[in-house]
Amino acid sequence: MSRVNRATAAQSLSVSLTVGAYGIAFGAASVAAGFSVLQSCLLSLLTFTGASQFAVVGVLGAGGSALSGIATATLLGVRNTLYGLRMAPVLQVRGIKRLVAAQITIDESTGVAISQEHLGVREARQGFWLTGIGVYIFWNLFTLAGALGAQAMGNPAAWGLDAAVPAAFLGLLWPRLTNKSERLLAVAACALALAMTPYFVPGVPIISTALLAVFFGLRAKIWK
Amino acid sequence: MEVNLIEPFWLAVIGTSLFAFLLKILGHSVPKKFLSHPRILKINSLVPIALLSALVAVQSFTKDSRIIADQRMAGVGVAVLALILRAPFPVVVISAAATSAALFHIG
Repeated sequence: MSRVNRATAAQSLSVSLTVGAYGIAFGAASVAAGFSVLQSCLLSLLTFTGASQFAVVGVLGAGGSALSGIATATLLGVRNTLYGLRMAPVLQVRGIKRLVAAQITIDESTGVAISQEHLGVREARQGFWLTGIGVYIFWNLFTLAGALGAQAMGNPAAWGLDAAVPAAFLGLLWPRLTNKSERLLAVAACALALAMTPYFVPGVPIISTALLAVFFGLRAKIWK
Repeated sequence: MEVNLIEPFWLAVIGTSLFAFLLKILGHSVPKKFLSHPRILKINSLVPIALLSALVAVQSFTKDSRIIADQRMAGVGVAVLALILRAPFPVVVISAAATSAALFHIG
């Protein structure tokens, strides 16, 4: 990889630390739900998609079956498929690199990549890899810390992480909302997801907003 | 060490990880020719915007499938203000965290 853009690297590091630190809450929640330290760490190493991990430990911790835990977690992971569709043409990788890219295709790596796209495809790629690997490292280290009993730091609300994470995603999106129709799409997606939340299982409200993107995408073509 | 793979917790770890990876690799496995149509390109570029916007809303305003307003709303509100003022990214994140944490400890 050629020279790393400093702004891209800084953005990637900020996101990696903020989101990675949330791993402590996952580690604590997972152990509290009855998973062993090893199982908690394996979830972060192998599953590596935060929402799905919280979902599966939540379901089993509440006495749910393994199958319902897997189903809920899988539903939450569907958006990573769509991120893969978006990132594959940008990354253009094959073989082992493609498998690694797939494993780190999550909200954060995709978010940073699209936020750096205005600087060029090189920066978008760097943002993807730096953030994906950065989150992977910090998320796993903090999961271990949380699982080993960093209970004092186990509540993300106590140190503001519960607001820092959505703020980070908002910060990634903000510069990307360059025209009226993109801003309208963002607002519509927020409204739809919130409206659906009380009535659908976790995962469905967010993934449903992909239909809004389809709708806006079809209309954008008509306007041209 | 013995690992009982039918034990619910191990089953959950393995099943969740397996499906998570299958979903990820699926997105990277669609042939390029299906994604090169201009309309598909446009939609494809908009999908993460919709999903991440929805994610921000859900993370800021919901808890256990309920819509609520708490310290997170104030934190994210401060983040919006910071973004309007063109603050650098770390400032946006830290100001949101500080606001939310302060309200959490007061409340």
